[in-house]
Amino acid sequence: MNDMRPLERIVDTDNIKISAKGCQVYYGETHAIKDVDVQIEDNTVTAFIGPSGCGKSTFLRCLNRMNDTIDICRVEGEILLDGENIYDKKVDPVQLRAKVGMVFQKPNPFPKSIYDNIAYGPRIHGLAKSKADLDVIVEKSLRRGAIWDEVKDRLDKPGTGLSGGQQQRLCIARAVATEPEVLLMDEPCSALDPIATSQVEELIDELRTQYSVVIVTHSMQQAARVSQKTAFFHLGNLVEFGETGQIFTNPTDPRTESYISGRIG
Amino acid sequence: MPVLWIFLIVLGIGALGYVVARQRALASVGNDPRHLHSLPSYYGYMGFLFATATALLVLIIWLIAGPMVIEKRVAANLPAGVVEQAASQNLLMAEVRRVANGLDNAVAMGVLTEGAASNARADLTDMTARLKEAGQVITQNVTVPVLRAAQEMRQANRTSKTWMAVAVIALAVAGAALAVLRAQKDFRARNVVERGVRWMLVGAASIAILTTVGIVLSLLFNTIEFFRIYPASEFFGSLTWSPSFGGGSELGIWPLLWGTLYISIIALLVAVPIGLFAAIYLSEYASPRLRSVAKPLLEILAGIPTIVYGLFALLTVGPLLISVFGDNGLGWMQSGTAVMTAGLVMGIMLIPFVSSLSDDIINAVPQAMRDGSYGLGATQSETIRQVVLPAALPGIVGAVLLAASRAIGETMIVVLGAGAAARLSLNPFEAMTTVTAKIVSQLTGDADFASPEALVAFALGMTLFIITLCLNVFALYIVRKYREQYD
Repeated sequence: MNDMRPLERIVDTDNIKISAKGCQVYYGETHAIKDVDVQIEDNTVTAFIGPSGCGKSTFLRCLNRMNDTIDICRVEGEILLDGENIYDKKVDPVQLRAKVGMVFQKPNPFPKSIYDNIAYGPRIHGLAKSKADLDVIVEKSLRRGAIWDEVKDRLDKPGTGLSGGQQQRLCIARAVATEPEVLLMDEPCSALDPIATSQVEELIDELRTQYSVVIVTHSMQQAARVSQKTAFFHLGNLVEFGETGQIFTNPTDPRTESYISGRIG
Repeated sequence: MPVLWIFLIVLGIGALGYVVARQRALASVGNDPRHLHSLPSYYGYMGFLFATATALLVLIIWLIAGPMVIEKRVAANLPAGVVEQAASQNLLMAEVRRVANGLDNAVAMGVLTEGAASNARADLTDMTARLKEAGQVITQNVTVPVLRAAQEMRQANRTSKTWMAVAVIALAVAGAALAVLRAQKDFRARNVVERGVRWMLVGAASIAILTTVGIVLSLLFNTIEFFRIYPASEFFGSLTWSPSFGGGSELGIWPLLWGTLYISIIALLVAVPIGLFAAIYLSEYASPRLRSVAKPLLEILAGIPTIVYGLFALLTVGPLLISVFGDNGLGWMQSGTAVMTAGLVMGIMLIPFVSSLSDDIINAVPQAMRDGSYGLGATQSETIRQVVLPAALPGIVGAVLLAASRAIGETMIVVLGAGAAARLSLNPFEAMTTVTAKIVSQLTGDADFASPEALVAFALGMTLFIITLCLNVFALYIVRKYREQYD
């Protein structure tokens, strides 16, 4: 047993997928994210919780440089993906986003067929050599998105014709199709009913086996259900970060405790 | 009493109705508006509406229908022989109208006394002279039946006006009185005003629609008249357009239609890519500051009168093209007025239509679509090409078809830029002409209005109207069909 120990340690350090150090975000004059340090592990679901406007979505969008599309947004500090700073000049945000996929709050399928929705990413990144290849990718992604059985007979129908929950799973499948390493989810269930929510939650748990998943959520129950690690943000600060069980049962910071028990937020 | 006075009196009664109805309503609850069903001003509005609405409606109908009724009655009283002697009853009635107006003017100017104007046995030569003195254009000496008819018409007009004034003012007073009677605490004045507003809006909408119907009908009757004297098979079958006002002209629509389509296609080939790319730049790449300056600047293009574009084509673009494609250059072009000249300038005119509409439509594509695409690692141009443009496509098609309708209906640029020769040719450097330009030249010529050479203008207009209508319906269909693609 003893010689297992060093090995375990190595795995632990290797396991860090994303690590942010001293991350600051400004929207014009507003200091939205203040000095956040966080380490996101591979094959783990990390949940960001906190009251509205606390900066959790902003921070999530820093992880794949989606904030670049906002003119007045400025990011300082380091965010390392596999040890490489993603805000380095030589990193192309477009390629980064292929590696760090994103699912949004509101399902946003493109006004195209279900097939084309999934094939969109693989096509622009040239992941498929032939139509047959693409077919395989589409089927695999839809299966991973737990929606294959529902849509396999109508792949040529528009994706916008699906129900809300199906649309969101389609969007997850679409994100998965580009073979990302990290999957960012910005309140993926907030527009869904309870049944669709539980389907998506199950899916998130399955996705953990292949990806590192980061999820922003307003629902503390959801965070408790799907995540292994939880980060609590408040007013732009990362207040507490740790094991989900520990955060919810035995938080160290009084602010976390107040939020979880419903006194702030 | 002049109409303006009647109108002002009705408005005055309405204002009085407002004040009285409002006060009576307030008085019915002891000046505490909280006990009223509606706000006090609603009772006032009701008073105003009741007084003015019916009265003004009757006024308008009377003004339109009155002269028609009188004319019909006067025409019926004309001796039968006189009508046969004149070319047609219309011409004779026009003469009667002129004399009647002349008598009015002459009395107003003091050339004739009222008694002399009404005197049925007046001296005709003297009357003609006096009317001419009063500035009335009279084609021939006034004859007895015409004078009688004119006098009868004057008389009838005067009676009609008096009765109109009495009826309208009585209606206004009655309406105001009714409203004042009803202005009680429990009366739902607010709902009445709401209904009144609704009918006012309905009225405005139906005027727009009825005008369209009227335009179509006026085109239609003349078109039918044209096809009665000129065979439709020739009009739609002949490939030659050579009107000669002496008769024996060939009026085939194809050379004109071809010119219209050719020039429009060139214009769209210029306007659609430039306009669309400008719209994409403005909506996707330009900073908000630049956009707020550049978009109005681009829209200034739309405000330039088309005659100015025509001059631009004639003075600048034509000579420019000649210097490149003319005898000193490639030798394809004989003169500055050509399909290419008009097409290019018309294209420039259409750029703001395409760009401004497309820009709005591209902006309406939800940001979530773009985020979704960027989140998958697509570049900006990939996102625009594969997500934004397909989502905006129905609207863009609508914008393009709207621009096409404009191009087809454009006249001034064609007159100045494309020449006047109707011919079927594929060479874009030759002069051609369009349907609209020919409508102008056919109607402004010296031709007898009843000749096919003049009436053909209506058939051309009708054809053009149907083509643009089809285009618009098609645009509407496209937009409806694809409108709900994203949501």
